[in-house]
Amino acid sequence: MKPRIDDETIEYIGILAKLELSPEEREQAKGDMGRMLDYIGKLEELDTAGIEPVSHVFTVENVFREDVVTNGDMRGDILKNAPEEKDGMFVVPKTFD
Amino acid sequence: MDLLRLTALELGAGIKVGEIRVAQAAEAVLERIEKKEPLYHCYITVDRGAVLRQAEVLQKKLDAGELTGPLAGVPIAVKDNICTEGMLTTCASRMLGNFVPMYSAEAVKCLERAGMLIVGKTNMDEFAMGSTTETSAYGETRNPWDAARVPGGSSGGSAAAVAAGECFAALGSDTGGSIRQPASFCGVVGMKPTYGTVSRWGLIAYGSSLDQIGPITRDVRDCAALLEAIAVHDPRDSTSVERKDRDFMGALEEDVQGLRIGVPGDYFGEGIDPEVKAAVLKAADVLRERGALVEEFDLSLVEYAVPAYYTIASAEASSNLERFDGIKYGYRAPGYQGLHSLYKKSRSEGFGPEVKRRIMLGSFVLSSGYYDAYYLKALKVKALIKKAFDEAFSRYDIILGPVAPTTAPRLGESLTDPIRMYLGDIYTISVNLAGLPAISLPCGTDAGGLPVGLQLIGDCFQEKLLLRAAYTYERARGDFGLPAENGNALEREGE
Repeated sequence: MKPRIDDETIEYIGILAKLELSPEEREQAKGDMGRMLDYIGKLEELDTAGIEPVSHVFTVENVFREDVVTNGDMRGDILKNAPEEKDGMFVVPKTFD
Repeated sequence: MDLLRLTALELGAGIKVGEIRVAQAAEAVLERIEKKEPLYHCYITVDRGAVLRQAEVLQKKLDAGELTGPLAGVPIAVKDNICTEGMLTTCASRMLGNFVPMYSAEAVKCLERAGMLIVGKTNMDEFAMGSTTETSAYGETRNPWDAARVPGGSSGGSAAAVAAGECFAALGSDTGGSIRQPASFCGVVGMKPTYGTVSRWGLIAYGSSLDQIGPITRDVRDCAALLEAIAVHDPRDSTSVERKDRDFMGALEEDVQGLRIGVPGDYFGEGIDPEVKAAVLKAADVLRERGALVEEFDLSLVEYAVPAYYTIASAEASSNLERFDGIKYGYRAPGYQGLHSLYKKSRSEGFGPEVKRRIMLGSFVLSSGYYDAYYLKALKVKALIKKAFDEAFSRYDIILGPVAPTTAPRLGESLTDPIRMYLGDIYTISVNLAGLPAISLPCGTDAGGLPVGLQLIGDCFQEKLLLRAAYTYERARGDFGLPAENGNALEREGE
């Protein structure tokens, strides 16, 4: 299976990735994506029938802890990094009418 | 005495007995930084005043007997993707150009507990995506061995700072070779520990299943000491491993008698520079002469590691970097209209081209209809690669090979062809996929005087074996020295 990277695909990826590309960036992305997918398509050469996909190489176990609050009120500190802040809250654009 | 010639442990010993004051070490490093940064640009942030104040604080604790560790008072640099409370942490991205973390990474806390003096934050490829430190939004770092060349990446600033005498050791992070390859290009020692050995808490994530923090140092002893300081179990990183064998300094013995070393023939095929090949094989001979049983074998699947890696790393990156949305911290673009426009504009203006390339690729391979064909396929190939290593480690204690196919390329040569740049990581990447530990240390120079790196790969949790073999080799090799750099003060006597 070899996907075609056309304008529509790039548009779709832009939506998934939340990126807005300039016309030049779109052209560049089409070429780059096409080449990268050709390249990683090399993996198809390998027979992986019956192989379990591995995400973590060792067995990882759930880490449990008591539900105890350990941090204090850090609002002031957190808001220091806010791009826009008002009355101790983050300012965001209107999200619904 | 030129303090900058000392290793971290030598300096620490001098500080401990009171021969050297922490402030002296700090001033020596700061002076060096002032002189060399205009050319090398190893750092993104150095706060001179804070360093000198902290030096006084540490000195008082030393004088009071509160700090007794072997690295107390030693100046260290930290890669700029590792959070430092109150100190700018940019990931070399415009996106985090004004981000001042309100907490320190666990690895940084470990340095503080060891009494180390944090000099500043080092340059890197943006979000650790790159192999040359040229994708930094704040300009490239130059290689102290030859300023026309790259230091490697993505921990290029950390490796270059250690080589240039702008610190005594550094922390880097390694997702696909980002500690080992710059260490190789800069003629210093770098180790990627077994996945889970160093806490990732406070490390700004790139590929979470692959990322690992590790030491970059002048020699193997320093590497062991720094690893010992940072290898702690941390419940806040759910992949952190509780290790009982943390006394890495104890592994520093000159003994490889009977050690079974496998040399993968498929690491020396097409694309490797003949001078790199010769230097690495010569290092294998050195270990053989000291009693190691060295044998060639085929690791297999080598050519599939890079495509599997870029699929997995890009997928994880696209997910990890979703958090940068211009709402709570980081860059917010002006002139947006509505929420989605804010997200899109902030991300598009905040991220550089390589980061966008990987986010897009990652979004695509995770998207409906392509997930099985690309992402799941890559995870299956990862299983096969892990199996190939398991088989190799049933026959050998250590795998020996090159770190990279070439020595450091010239600035500007790599970014034009991403796939070619990715192929430069062919010998380092599979180690991350399999979660293994590996160390890079210098084993010679090419005709142009550029360092060549030797890579030793161990089975999971075999750092001690790696350190022992690396130490044995290093002692046999003799002092590698720091860059001669047209006869500056750091040139070692007799070189």
